[in-house]
Formats: sequence, structure tokens, C-alpha cells
Amino acid sequence: MVVAVALDTAGVPAVRDFIRPTSVELPPLLKDIMGWDDKLLARAAVPEYPCLIDQKHITGELYGFINVPMATWIDEEGHIVRPAEPSGVSDGVRAMDPATFKIPEQVVAAGKQLRTSYIDAIRDWVNKGAKSEFVLSREEILRRSEGPDATDALASANFRLGQYLLAEGHREDALPYFAKARELYPESWSYKRQTWELEQAGKASGPEFFAAVQALGHKHYYAPVKLKASN
Amino acid sequence: MSLTVIFGDRAPLKVEAAAEADNLWIDRGDLEAISGWELKPEGICKGDVCVPIPPGRAADFSREGGLRFNLAALGTLLEQPFVRDDKNRVWYFGEAASTRRNAMASPDAPDFELPDLDGELHFLSDYRGKKVLLSAWASW
Repeated sequence: MVVAVALDTAGVPAVRDFIRPTSVELPPLLKDIMGWDDKLLARAAVPEYPCLIDQKHITGELYGFINVPMATWIDEEGHIVRPAEPSGVSDGVRAMDPATFKIPEQVVAAGKQLRTSYIDAIRDWVNKGAKSEFVLSREEILRRSEGPDATDALASANFRLGQYLLAEGHREDALPYFAKARELYPESWSYKRQTWELEQAGKASGPEFFAAVQALGHKHYYAPVKLKASN
Repeated sequence: MSLTVIFGDRAPLKVEAAAEADNLWIDRGDLEAISGWELKPEGICKGDVCVPIPPGRAADFSREGGLRFNLAALGTLLEQPFVRDDKNRVWYFGEAASTRRNAMASPDAPDFELPDLDGELHFLSDYRGKKVLLSAWASW
């Protein structure tokens, strides 16, 4: 089953606005590359699976969700069989024109293929369980699970203090702690985009976001996922 | 001076304390309520775990005949990062990186409790016995 977790400090209203849009017209190519066809959007608007709200980004820290969308696979015994990874998305999004949201057709096609492969892998696991070739060994999981270092932990403390101050109504006092969290843990796009959005609505997908993505240079925004341990 | 202390995921607690430079002196009697740790003859303890106070450093942890305890010294001893906001008089003690790394070394998916869109609380462990695709997304 799917358990969706929304890393959203803004809470239920922001999530409801997102999954039940009334007037937002999404660019067709963006819908294409993300796999958001009309049927899927209609289903997403009335989720049949638990859709949980994680205002403090608790699962981000527990599982290593440093961006969205990411996923981890958990078997019936409660064991992780694939650690946090970008779920069917790639750096193709970097080819998007920030003004028009247009993405080259060949990039869209590659994105669709990647998404299909990821969904097929999930289906294989659902059908075959531990015998699925997409279930990773314990050693491979550990190799892919990079835990936080002391600086990352300090970033988390700043993020949490900022969230507390924000919740207590001290928005302006919270912002420096959010900025510090971003500075200390630049790999976390969850911190970046969440705190940008808290600073100013729309900033998470505005010029700052695109500039930061472009500044990555040869580094990945979404790290490539090796579906099988051997490839 | 009254200030608010948040120790990890524990509820914020308003206590009388003295913040002096990077030290936070609390009433020893508040230690367990704030942090879950207790000061015992064998060290600072929580459940079955006791961490000895390093030799020669007792004064860093305790003063005024043991009535006051330095929570920042405990945080440092446990490698917990801490951040304070002097204006609003809030101290936040986070989780040590080593604690999280040790948890990630376990095959067990860490449990959590979160509300759904209607406010109903869900534990991840509620879904034990089923395969779970835990999918993170956001509106931002």
C-alpha cells in the first residue's frame, strides 16, 4: 500500500490546496514529465491511501528524504528493502524553461520511461516480494543510506528551532534559523524549498530555486537511481 | 529567568534557568522532566543507560551543591547539537548524528506518528503485515 507523507510545515491547508486545485492550470509538459495526467490528478484529489502531514519533516530526518518526490520501500516485517531514493524522477526537470515551464520533448520522453521503469519495479516487488530483483541486500541498503554528520544534525536543530518559533508566531525571528539550516545542509532541497516558501509564497519554485539548481553544475538535483543492485 | 527548553521530540517545557554563555543551568529537579535523563551516583542515566561524567569535570555539570545542573554540558556529552534564541528565550537540543546513523544501520523502518488530512493519527507500524511504499512529496 502507499503511505504518502507531505513534508509541509504549512500543514493541512497547503496540502488540500495542492491536491484539490480548483483553478490551477498546469503546463501540459510539466504534467507529462511528472506523470500527472487528468485521471491521476482526479485520483490524487481524493486519495484512497493515507495522506499524512509531516509539518516538522520528521520523516525527512528519519528516512533521509532530502528532496521530493522520494520514496522508501518497507516490507511486511517492517524492514526497509530500498532506502530513500528519488521515485521515478530525474534531472530532466532541469531542462525546464523557468519562464514557460516548457521541457524539450526528448527529455519528457526519457522522464516517462524512467517513471514507468520505477512503477514497474514497484509492481514486481508487490508480486514477488523478497524474490524481486529490486529488493536490495542489507549491505547495499547500508551503502546507499548515508546518515547525517554533526553538521547535518546542527542544521536539523536550527530547522526545528525555526519551526518552533514560527509556530509560536515569531516568524521574523524564525527566518535566520531557517537560513542557517540551509547553509549547514545545502544538500537538503527539502530544507531549501520549504524554508524559501515560508519566507515568501512561490519562492520555492521561483528564480532562487532555478538559480540554485543551475548552480549545481555537474552535480545532480535528483541523484540517478540504480534500480537493481548490480546495475 | 524563565525560558523554554525543547529536548528532541519531547514537549517544550518552560522552566526557571540561567543561561550563561554556552551553559544552561536548570534546577536539577527539572532535569528528568526536560530530558528524560536523571543524575545518579553512577552518572547521568536514562533507563538502563548511564553515561559517566568525565573525571575532573563534575563542576561543568553541577553546582550549588548539586541543586543546579548544566543541560548544555549534557548535550555536549551526548553530542547533541543545541541552538538557542536569546530574544524569545528558547533552547532547542537536537538529536545526535550518531543516534540517527545507528538507527539507520538497523533494517527496521523507524516508526512515526503523523496526522492525516482529517487530523486522525497514524503510526507507520499500523501497516505492519503489508508492503508499504512510503512516498514523500510536498506542496512547495
